[in-house]
Amino acid sequence: MIETITIIGGRSRSGGPEAVERIELKMGDVVSIVGPTGSGKTTLINDIELFADDNTPSGRRVLINGERPLDEYRIDPAHHPIALITQHTTFLSDLPVDEFLATHARIRSGSRSQIDEMIDGTLAFANQLTGEPVPLDARMTELSGGQARALLIADATIICDTPIVLLDEVENAGIHRKRALELLREHRKIFIFVTHDPRIALLSDYRIVMKGGAVTHVLTTNAEEHELCTRVGQLDDFLSRLREKIRLGERLTAQEAEVLS
Amino acid sequence: MKLVICAGPATTGKTAVLRHIISRLLRDDQRPAFLKIDVQYAEEDEILAREFGIPTRKCYSGELCPDHYNAMVLGDALEWAGAEECDILLVETAGLCLRCSPYVDGALGLAVLEATSGMNLPLKVGPMLSLADVAVITKIDRVSQAEREVFRAHIQNAAPEVQIREVNALHGIGIDPLVKSVRETPEAAEQLYLRGNPPVGTCTICVGKKEVGWQSHFGVIRALDNQVFYRGQ
Repeated sequence: MIETITIIGGRSRSGGPEAVERIELKMGDVVSIVGPTGSGKTTLINDIELFADDNTPSGRRVLINGERPLDEYRIDPAHHPIALITQHTTFLSDLPVDEFLATHARIRSGSRSQIDEMIDGTLAFANQLTGEPVPLDARMTELSGGQARALLIADATIICDTPIVLLDEVENAGIHRKRALELLREHRKIFIFVTHDPRIALLSDYRIVMKGGAVTHVLTTNAEEHELCTRVGQLDDFLSRLREKIRLGERLTAQEAEVLS
Repeated sequence: MKLVICAGPATTGKTAVLRHIISRLLRDDQRPAFLKIDVQYAEEDEILAREFGIPTRKCYSGELCPDHYNAMVLGDALEWAGAEECDILLVETAGLCLRCSPYVDGALGLAVLEATSGMNLPLKVGPMLSLADVAVITKIDRVSQAEREVFRAHIQNAAPEVQIREVNALHGIGIDPLVKSVRETPEAAEQLYLRGNPPVGTCTICVGKKEVGWQSHFGVIRALDNQVFYRGQ
């Protein structure tokens, strides 16, 4: 059983030691990785996915339960404990949604009832993240960007039984982020978001801050930020409503902004 | 001389995988040579020679099946690599017809497949996959976790003995275990043998008779209603 993942600091791009020597991620943690473009966020994600052992350019090491991971985890992809969703990740299959999910569930489980349960669960999860429910008989390639993204996250959370899920800038594709984090928290996994989104960052337990290829510090979300998060949520919802009205071809009025004052 | 044979459909990332293997072998003071076998056009040899300064070569199979051509020239190629004072020969070949496989006993066989080519690909490629030692899956960050897992399960079903290694050849992720397999490959024997049986393939179309319809041919022939056929090993 995986209980913790430990990141042992390596070196920055200029060769100096990484300021943060050790970060421990516990099962159930929701973590954000933040930093400017080019600061090394994706490299950190890759190090985690690879269980770096001072064999990547960063010189980092990643431990499971405080120890060097078993070769089984590192080398045999069937036992790899990480699901990865990046900006480039997509569905290529043109199977109908129900058949596709059944194909995936079948390799994860033996019994028909369990497979049905997984499909229902995945669909219910995805439909809470997207404004437009996923039709079961649609082909995967016909899904909208938001539907596909919601289904990717739902599938990786429910059908994949990996204890760690990495999400690399997945927030851009029209999913309900607050609901997503609430739902993810019902599953006991480590969720790591690479994000530029203040709402995801503030809904995380803590955020890993990066610059110049290295982790500079780790910020635990404090009480003030928790409180601010409600306000950020209101702003965010306000923008979502505007987005929705524009999408529906409506005209906006000065009154829209009154809720902000 | 160690021998590594790397096969796989076009654009799957064979050269990208080999590039990372070569850079790590050079770092470990090994001396790799590279041979590209293709049908009529290839430039990988020039690219890798420029990049690493290692001995490289290419040859075209032209009207021959590339896998048959591979079996004919491997002996010469090992001699060439020996004359260049190399200790590992990396052969990259396009597996095209899916009936043969280019692997030989005592050499490391790598089948490079891309995760983006559809979940059922492993069921379609026959002995190119089933006779390999390692199936190297590229472009893993491009597809959903679901497709990645189904692709992997299909390889396990089609070729239970084959090891599976997932790599991201752009960033060189997952390459180290492949280098370990290369390093552990024994020295190639004096007389090499193809790992698989070449398919039965002698009909009169093979020798240039162009009539359409099995009635016009003799040798090993088959009609639409006869679906008993070669499935590889």
